[in-house]
Amino acid sequence: MTDHRDVKRGRWSDHQVEQVIGRLLQVGVLIATAVVVVGAAGVLLQHGATPVSFHDFAGESSPWRTLGAVASGALHGEFPAIVQLGLVLLIATPVARVALTLGAFAAQKDRLYVLLTAVVLALLLYGLIWGRA
Amino acid sequence: MTLALFALLVALGSFAAGLLGALTGLGGGIVVVPMLTLLFGVNLRYAIGASLVSVIATSSGAAAAYVREGYTNVRVGIFLEVATTTGALIGAALAGLIPTSALAVLFGLVLLYTAWRSFQPKEEHITQHSHPLATKLRLDGSYPVGGRMQRYCVQKVPLGFAVMGLAGVLSALLGIGSGVVKVLAMDRAMQLPFKVSTTTSNFMIGVTAAASAGVYLHRGYIEPTLAFPVMLGVLAGALLGARILTKANTLWLRRLFTAVVVVLAVEMLYKGLTGGL
Repeated sequence: MTDHRDVKRGRWSDHQVEQVIGRLLQVGVLIATAVVVVGAAGVLLQHGATPVSFHDFAGESSPWRTLGAVASGALHGEFPAIVQLGLVLLIATPVARVALTLGAFAAQKDRLYVLLTAVVLALLLYGLIWGRA
Repeated sequence: MTLALFALLVALGSFAAGLLGALTGLGGGIVVVPMLTLLFGVNLRYAIGASLVSVIATSSGAAAAYVREGYTNVRVGIFLEVATTTGALIGAALAGLIPTSALAVLFGLVLLYTAWRSFQPKEEHITQHSHPLATKLRLDGSYPVGGRMQRYCVQKVPLGFAVMGLAGVLSALLGIGSGVVKVLAMDRAMQLPFKVSTTTSNFMIGVTAAASAGVYLHRGYIEPTLAFPVMLGVLAGALLGARILTKANTLWLRRLFTAVVVVLAVEMLYKGLTGGL
């Protein structure tokens, strides 16, 4: 999808956009994984000997269901919240990729694709922030 | 079972799933949910949440490399993501209404379809004329073949878009990447070159999974103490798989993985139909 006219106009070329998108995905996964590893180590040290079962669903009563609760739990050093923060960062990585793509299409003055990307971003944020479907 | 032992066993199983998924190109996500529910007695909703998270990790990791190599068609990806994210939100809404036994049966059928597809011959068609919508949406592209750029045209855009919506629904309902359905839409309907359809499918998988994972986070499907061994295991397995891919005997592995998928499919169908899940 390289368009050489864009390069001549001094805008972002498709090739440059691809490089930045690739780097963003890589860094996002790396940071998220590092946070998950820190939280997981803490959870294992603290509760490693506790018996567990995930047979019955009790998710409605989980404290780590909203972005605010996860952030404040992680700030207070609660290890399950730190794991969950890593997972939220992981979920946010593709969302950030869509936001970056939106910016790139805007810089290329590609109205049709700004619109399409904005729809995708709105759907993602709707699910992630409000949690409704 | 203690948390430490449980996490270790789940991480090892997830590692194997990620490794085989990467080596065979079928993706590890499809076996994570059956493994967790059938082998470890995990509740289906927790299993779906953990699987979706691992799907985002592996697809984003792989997409990072493919995008930079220039195989991914970003415009096709964005256009079809409108369908997959819409489908994913519909699927997430349906997930709370569909009984577990019906989901298990659906899962068994998707597993059987995956096994069947994995032995279908792949035909490559490069077409010279485009669907009118493909021209309007500027979907046609080019990709590197032996050091030069090969142009390709895109066909049957509405059909591809519709199948992608279905892929989004399945991804949310079952906690899978549904790469098999995505590749079907792009290979068979839109007639993209194989390398472009697989990498563009992978590019979209993370966004599709993120749409439903966001909803499931609020519903408590994402349990951190279960999700971490799954995510870290699958990611490590997929990274190793990508590294040793060129040295591996993929036909033999493909047979092994397909056999595993068929066994899991039969088990999921049985449990679904007898209400044992």
